Amino acid sequence: MNKVPARDVRRYVRQVPVIETRSLSKRYPGVTALDALTVDIGEGVTGLVGANGAGKSTLIKILLGLADATAGGASVLGHDIASDAAALRRRVGYMPEHDCLPGDVSATELVVHLARMSGLPLDAARERTADTLRHVGLYEERYRPIGGYSTGMKQRVKLAQALVHDPEIVFLDEPTNGLDPVGRDEMLGLVRRIYDDFGISVLVTSHLLGELERICDSVVVIDAGVLLRSSSVADFTQASAELAVEVVGDVDDAVTALATAGLTVRREGHLILVGLADDTTYDVVRDVAADQGLGLVRLERRRHHIAEVFEEGAADVHA
Amino acid sequence: MSTPEAQGPGVIHDIGYRGYTGPRLERRAITLGLFTHTLRGVYGLGRAGRSKVVPFGMVAVMMLPAIVLAAVAIVTASPETTSPPLPYTRFAMVTQGAIAIFLAVAAPQAVSLDLRFHTLPLYLSRPLERSDYVRAKLGALSAAVFLLIAVPLLVIYLGNLAAGLDPGKQTVDFLEALVGVALFALVLSSVALLIASFTGRRGFGIAAIITVLTLTYAVVSALQGFVTSGGHDKTTAGWIGLFSPMTLVDGVQVWAFGAESSTPAGPPGDAAGAVFLVVTMLVIAACYALLARRYKKVKV
Repeated sequence: MNKVPARDVRRYVRQVPVIETRSLSKRYPGVTALDALTVDIGEGVTGLVGANGAGKSTLIKILLGLADATAGGASVLGHDIASDAAALRRRVGYMPEHDCLPGDVSATELVVHLARMSGLPLDAARERTADTLRHVGLYEERYRPIGGYSTGMKQRVKLAQALVHDPEIVFLDEPTNGLDPVGRDEMLGLVRRIYDDFGISVLVTSHLLGELERICDSVVVIDAGVLLRSSSVADFTQASAELAVEVVGDVDDAVTALATAGLTVRREGHLILVGLADDTTYDVVRDVAADQGLGLVRLERRRHHIAEVFEEGAADVHA
Repeated sequence: MSTPEAQGPGVIHDIGYRGYTGPRLERRAITLGLFTHTLRGVYGLGRAGRSKVVPFGMVAVMMLPAIVLAAVAIVTASPETTSPPLPYTRFAMVTQGAIAIFLAVAAPQAVSLDLRFHTLPLYLSRPLERSDYVRAKLGALSAAVFLLIAVPLLVIYLGNLAAGLDPGKQTVDFLEALVGVALFALVLSSVALLIASFTGRRGFGIAAIITVLTLTYAVVSALQGFVTSGGHDKTTAGWIGLFSPMTLVDGVQVWAFGAESSTPAGPPGDAAGAVFLVVTMLVIAACYALLARRYKKVKV
């Protein structure tokens, strides 16, 4: 019998949101960590963005049942967090933000043990530990005590223990924390692969927008426990009504020529930004470049940067 | 994107990600897994070599007198001998120093490390409930202490049988002593685990547990000695036994099995003996309740 890979079944079957929160609130004495947060999160890689203290970790802890909500409710994979938390925790993985690894055991021992704590029988736990550690990029060092690991290796162990029981969704709290730029890129690549290759949905937090923009399908922005915006990254970075044009040749001449051809033109460094009226604008730019003998290096619609949207949103809320 | 598969040495091929469709165990089986893991960890199994030094050192310290006692029983065996060199019920009292040291290292090993390294979120984000964690840890530590005392007792028992003592009586005495050992294990473990659960610092845990276990015994036996030597007041001396874990359980043994008391005075009378049993149960229940409360509130 030909078995359909589990991840394909998951993608096909899941129509409902993976995570739903309804007026979810968490108040500590004197602090409101989450304020009536209502948001639906679908499958794929979802970024949870906010400044430090915005309520990202609190939201994840409440979704896992590690902390209780003060008001409101939520469900993950259809399991209510209040009444069905045990069933829920069988199907999720969690990578905490802070250091959580004992120093005196090896990565293999720790991950095997935690796989068993997720309900895997010993043989399966061993096999999946070996697989998972390899997938996150830990090889010979996995037999050495974790105490001697670099931050990057520790982050990989933390990620491995979140994936070892093949969950349907993982919560990754600041996975790039403390990593150097190369380690950061590798970790982000891994996070993207968790969904693309493993078929596991991801909720990943970061206070750095640029990171999430690269790897997420959608982004939820919260600030001071309040939802600022939730939408797909494509919507966030929707195309603006400007064309970015880059030419080989004299940029000033090109600007003049394009303006003469009746286009709205402004210059930004070596880029020429042309107002996009309709599709004929592309033709006009092409013709002008040909007439002037300019080499056309780039002609593309400009995209908004996600950070701009976030800053506007934050400004709105604080106003 | 870089592909980690392509980097490290020793990788032959990338077989891609495989999901897991096999069986997943229920909560009870997972709790049992944590129990076994903790029991092994307490003896240093599966951990660095230096973690084995104290536990197995104490095993040796416990085994040595047991082997000597068994040997003495066999060597001195004669038709007139009817009782073993040392009653089974007294073994725990005699070796209590080693038991205290074992507990002082074992209890922080069982719980303080998880606090110190903030490992609890990794457990609590899994199917285990907080109460399962407490039960597994307390069960594992109690089992470890039980084994620590019961295995040498078994050696003594076998020695006594080999020495030709009455097998029926020896078996009954041995089994009674095992009940006592179970009580010792539960009381001492719950007290020690409760202390250890309040600190992530192993050193503090070790010091606090040693202090509580040995100091209470020292104070209680000194007071008992003082009271009995001065006015021969065996009643007061007996009641004082309530105030240290060792003398408390010993009192239960004296009352329930008519065992020889290891202290200057056992519980005065049957009613007092029952009180010792009730207090023993209360101590275990209270420590468990406090542990459960502690882990309900522990911040993760």
